[in-house]
Amino acid sequence: MNAKLLVIFLLWSLPAFGQGFAGLGASGEGFAQPQRGTLFTFPKDHAAHPEFRIEWWYLTANLQDAQGRDYGVQWTLFRTALAPTTGAGWSDPQLWMGHAAVTTSQTHRSAERLARGGIGQAGVSGAPFEAFIDDWQMAGPDLSDLSVRANAPDFSYDLKLKSEGPLVFHGDQGYSQKSDRGQASYYYAQPGYCVDGVLIIDGEETDVHGQAWLDREWSSQPLAPDQLGWDWFSLHLEDGRKLMVFRLRHDGGGHYLSGSLISQDGQVTTLNHETIVMTPLQNTPAPSRWSLRLPDHGIDLKVTALNPDSWMDTFVRYWEGPVRAEGTHDARGYLEMTGY
Amino acid sequence: MYWAGFKALISHWRRHKVQLAGLILGLMLATAFWTGVQAINAQARQSYAQAASLMGQDQLAQIVAIDGQNFPQEEYIALRRAGWQVSPILQGRWRHQDSYVNVMGIDPVTAPPVGPTGLGQMSELVSFITPPGVGMAASQTVARLAGVPGLPALQVSPDVVGGLVLTDIGIAQDLLGAEHQITRLIVVTPGTTPLPEGLRMRPAAQDSELTRLTDSFHLNLTAFGFLSFAVGLLIVHSAVGLGFEQRRVLFRTLRALGLPLRALVVLLLSEVAVIALCAGVFGVVLGYGLAAVLLPDVAATLSGLYGAPVSGGLSLSPVWWLGGIAVALLGALAAAGQSLWRLVRLPVLAPAQPRAWARASARSLWWQFGAACVLMVAALGLAVWGQGLSAGFMTLAALLLGAALVLPGFLYAVTGAAQRLSRGVGAQWFWADTRQQLPGMSLALMALTLALAANIGVGTMVGSFRLVFTGWLDQRLASELYISARTKEEAAHLRSWLQGKVDATLPIWGVEVPLDGVQTQIYGMQDHATYRDHWPILKGDADLWDRLAKGDSTLINEQFARRTGLEPGQTVTLPKGHQLRIVAVYSDYGNPQQQMIIANDLLTDLYPQVSRLRYALRVPPDRVAALADALINEFGLPPAHVSQQDQIKAYSTEVFERTFSVTAALNVLTLGVAAMAILLSLLTLSIIRLPQLAPVWAVGLTRQQLAVLELLRALALAGFSTVLALPVGLLLGWVLLAVVNVAAFGWQLPMTVFPTDWVRLGGLALLAAAVAAAWPAWRLASMSPARLVGVFAHER
Repeated sequence: MNAKLLVIFLLWSLPAFGQGFAGLGASGEGFAQPQRGTLFTFPKDHAAHPEFRIEWWYLTANLQDAQGRDYGVQWTLFRTALAPTTGAGWSDPQLWMGHAAVTTSQTHRSAERLARGGIGQAGVSGAPFEAFIDDWQMAGPDLSDLSVRANAPDFSYDLKLKSEGPLVFHGDQGYSQKSDRGQASYYYAQPGYCVDGVLIIDGEETDVHGQAWLDREWSSQPLAPDQLGWDWFSLHLEDGRKLMVFRLRHDGGGHYLSGSLISQDGQVTTLNHETIVMTPLQNTPAPSRWSLRLPDHGIDLKVTALNPDSWMDTFVRYWEGPVRAEGTHDARGYLEMTGY
Repeated sequence: MYWAGFKALISHWRRHKVQLAGLILGLMLATAFWTGVQAINAQARQSYAQAASLMGQDQLAQIVAIDGQNFPQEEYIALRRAGWQVSPILQGRWRHQDSYVNVMGIDPVTAPPVGPTGLGQMSELVSFITPPGVGMAASQTVARLAGVPGLPALQVSPDVVGGLVLTDIGIAQDLLGAEHQITRLIVVTPGTTPLPEGLRMRPAAQDSELTRLTDSFHLNLTAFGFLSFAVGLLIVHSAVGLGFEQRRVLFRTLRALGLPLRALVVLLLSEVAVIALCAGVFGVVLGYGLAAVLLPDVAATLSGLYGAPVSGGLSLSPVWWLGGIAVALLGALAAAGQSLWRLVRLPVLAPAQPRAWARASARSLWWQFGAACVLMVAALGLAVWGQGLSAGFMTLAALLLGAALVLPGFLYAVTGAAQRLSRGVGAQWFWADTRQQLPGMSLALMALTLALAANIGVGTMVGSFRLVFTGWLDQRLASELYISARTKEEAAHLRSWLQGKVDATLPIWGVEVPLDGVQTQIYGMQDHATYRDHWPILKGDADLWDRLAKGDSTLINEQFARRTGLEPGQTVTLPKGHQLRIVAVYSDYGNPQQQMIIANDLLTDLYPQVSRLRYALRVPPDRVAALADALINEFGLPPAHVSQQDQIKAYSTEVFERTFSVTAALNVLTLGVAAMAILLSLLTLSIIRLPQLAPVWAVGLTRQQLAVLELLRALALAGFSTVLALPVGLLLGWVLLAVVNVAAFGWQLPMTVFPTDWVRLGGLALLAAAVAAAWPAWRLASMSPARLVGVFAHER
C-alpha cells in the first residue's frame, strides 16, 4: 500500500478518478453547492466549510532579496471531505494536505504534508485566524496580518504579511463560475500583501521582501467533467493594479476563460472570453511563456516563468511557479498549470 | 544379478508386511514429529519477522513511553506540530468471549510508505478509515474470526502477519477501548526539538525483541520434538534390526552365490533409502497435520505470554518437503547403521542363526550398562555445573538416554530374580522365556520408558508450576480492581472521584530503563498492608517493608537476581547513579523482563515524568462489581481500562494452561508411539518365537494358555519399565523445574509430586501394553495347530 499516493488520489478524486484534473470534475453529490448571491460572513468564512467537498487556502508570494534576485514562495492548505460532515477524533471525514515550495531561477523545492481532521493535526479557525498542518502554519490575529511558516528538509521560510487593500471577490460577488454547465466555486482573494521575512535554502538564510496573494476557494464540483485542467495567472502590475485570469481547458478545445482586473482601490472588473486573449508561446505541455492580452483595457503582456521547471514534486504533479511579465506593463506574479 | 539380489532382498518385506509397516510408521512418526515442531518454530519466527517489518518498524526508529505503556494522543499531535514526522500506532489485544486477536491500529495518511498492500483501491482506503472501518488480516485469521461480533469487516491481506488485525487507528481505539491512546510512534523524519519527558526513542531493531523473548519457548518445543523423534527412531532401529537379522540366511546365500559384499551393502542401502523416501513423504504430511493441530495453541500461548502475533496457519514450502525427507533418510540410515556395520563385518559363512543376534545383544548388555552409568554421571555433572538452557537440555538428553540404556540390564536383573524366586516349571519357563525375548522387546520398552518418564517429568513440572502459580497469583493480585486513566487530567480527576469510595488507591507507576544494557522495569510501591501481607517474597530481610518505605532500598524480581547473581544485602546502582540496597527477591512468574521495586516517592523523585495513569484499588469484595460498573458508566472509563482481579486471574491461568498444552499433547503422542513400538515388536516376535512356543505347546500347554501368558508377559515388562520410568521421570521433572525453567525463564519452582498421576500413567502404560499384546496373543490363541506342528518339520 502506498498510503500517501492513495490519499492524494482520494483528496482529489472522490468518487471517481479520471474526470477532469485529479478528479475535480467528479460530481459533488451529498455536498453543499455554491449558490449565486450568497453573502460572505467574516471571519467565519475564512475558516473551513466542511459541508463542501474541496477547499483551499492558497498563498503565493513574489519576493526579492537585497541583491534583487527573484524568489517565489508557495504555502497551500487543501481540505477534502470524504463526507459533508465533521466527526470527533479519527472518525472525522475531513482530510488535509499541505504544499509548500520555494522557487529560484535555478531551483524549485517543494514539500508536502498530510493529516486527518478531528485530531488537531491540521485545521483552520476563523478568529483568530489560523491555518495549520503539523508545524506549518499561516496565522495571524486576522487575515490582514499573517505569519507564514513552513519547514522541509532542504528549505524553510518564515514570512510576515500585511495586507493593504480590501478582500476581492471574483466572479459574481465571489460566486465564480467554472463552466457553461454551471460548475462554480466560492472564490475570493486578498491580492495585496506586503511581505517581509526570511528564506532558508540549504541552511543559508536570506532576508526577503515583496508581495503576496492569498486565494480562498471552496466548492464541491469546481470542474465540468470534460475539463482537463487549468492555466491560472495572478499578477501584480507595476501600477498597483492586480490581474487574475484563468482558462479551464476542455478536452474538445473551446476553453472557458474568466478573470478579474482589480484596481488600486480594490474595485473588480470581471473578465470573460470576450475580454481575455490567452495564448501559450510554446507548443509544449505546461508552456512557460505566454501572451496575455486584455485589448479592452490596454493590457498586452508577455509572461515568462522565472524557472520553467517549477513542477511540484508532490504525488499529484502540477506546475506552480513565479513569473515575470513585460509589455505594456511590468509585472510579477504566479502561474499555475494543472492537468498536463 | 543385482536385480535378482534386490528382488530377493525386497521379498522379505512382502512376507513381513507388519514389519514393513512398522518401519514405515516409525520413520513417518519420527519425521512427522521433527518436521511438525520445526514447522511450528519456523512459522512463529516468520511471524515475528513479519510483525517486526510491518509498517517499516524494523527500519525506522520508534518513540515509546518510558514505562512501556500507551500514552496520550496529545503527545503525538504535539510532536507533529513541533515538526516531528511521526506516525501513530496503537496495539493491543482484543477479545470477545473465547475469541481473541491482536489489533494494530495505524494512520494510513501519515504512515511511512511501507507496509501491507491490499488498499489497492482508494475506495478501500475510504472504507478503511471511515467507521465501521475494515480490518486487514491473514486469510486464516479472517477464517478464525468469521462470525465473531464486534470487529470491523475483515479483509484478507497476505502481508499482514497471522493473529493480527490491521485497522485504522481510530477504529482500533474504539475496539481496544483506548480512546486517545497511542502505543508508539514510527519516526519517518525526526524533528529537532527534544522529546517530551515520559517518551523515549527506540532505535530501529533488525532482530526482533520478540525473537529474543520467545527463544526459550521455541528451544523447549524443539527439545520435546527431538525426544519424540528419538522415540520414533527407536522403532525404526528395531524394525530394521529385525529385518536384517531375519535375512541373515538370505545374505549368506546371496554372498555364497557370488554377490559382492559391496553390492549387497549398496542394495540394502538403496532399500532403506527407498523406504525412507516413501516414509518421509508421508511423515511430512503427517508433520504438517500435527503442526496445524498444535499451532493454534502455540499461537495463543505466544500471544498471551509475549504479545507476539503468530500466524495460526501454515505454509508448506518446498524446503520443508526436502528437509522432512532428508530427516527421514538420515534417521533411517542412522537407525540402520548398526545393522549394516554388522553385515559388513559378517564372515561369508557365519552361522546364520537368528539367535546369534540375541546372544550378541546379551553381550552388549554390559557395555550398555556402562554407557548408561557414564551418561547418568554426565547428567548429574551437567545439572550441577552446566550453564544455560542448552546445558539443561543436554542434562535431559543424557538422563533419558542413560535411562533407556539401563533398561535392558534392569529388566534382565528383574526377570532373573523373578525366575529364581518362582516355583514350578511353568513359572520358571515363563520368566526364562521373558528374558529370552528381552533383546527383541528392549527397544520398544525403551520407547515406553522414555515416553513414561517424559510424561511423569513434564507432569511434575506443570503440576508443581500450577500449584505455585495459582498461589502466586493470589498474592500478586491482592487488589480487587485495576484501572488506568487515559490522561494526566483524567487520572487526577479519577483520584478525587475515588475518595471515600475505596479503602485504598495504590499507584502502579513505573519506568523502563536500561541497566547494564538490559531493559529493566522499575516500579514504585506505596507502603501499604496490601503489599506487606501478600507480596510474594522469596527471600529477604525481616524489616524489608520498612526499609523499602525509607527510600534507600529495593526489591528485585527473581529473574533479575538470577541473571545478575545479586542477593539481598548487595546494592544496585540506577542509571542516574542512585544506589539502592537490595532487601528482598520476589517471584515474578510470566514476566520475561527483569524488574525492581522502589518506594513510590523515590520513583517520582527520580523520574518526575513517570506516567501516573494506573492504579490498583482496594475495595471490599461485595462492592467490587458495583464500583467497576460506576467507573465505567458514571465516571466514563472505557471498559478495557477497568479490570477485576478475578478476570485477570482467569486470563493468566488460561495463558498458563495453554503454555503447557502443547508439551502435554506431544507427550501423549509419544506414549502412543511407544505403544505402537510394543505392538510391532510383539508382532515380529510372535512369528520368530514359534519354534520356542511349539515345544511348550507340545508338552501340554494349550494355545489359549500360551496366549494369556503372552499377554501377562507384555504386562509384566510394561510394569517393570514403568517402575524404572518413575524415578527417571521425577529426575526429569526436577531438571525441568530447577535447571531448564531457571535458564529459560529465570525462575525456579519448588517441586511437588503427584502420585495419583503416576498411578494413572502406570495404568495407561499397562493398558497400552495390553492393547499392543492383544492382537499377537489372539493370533496365537487362534493359530492352527498344524502351524505349530509344522515348526518341528521346518526347524532349521
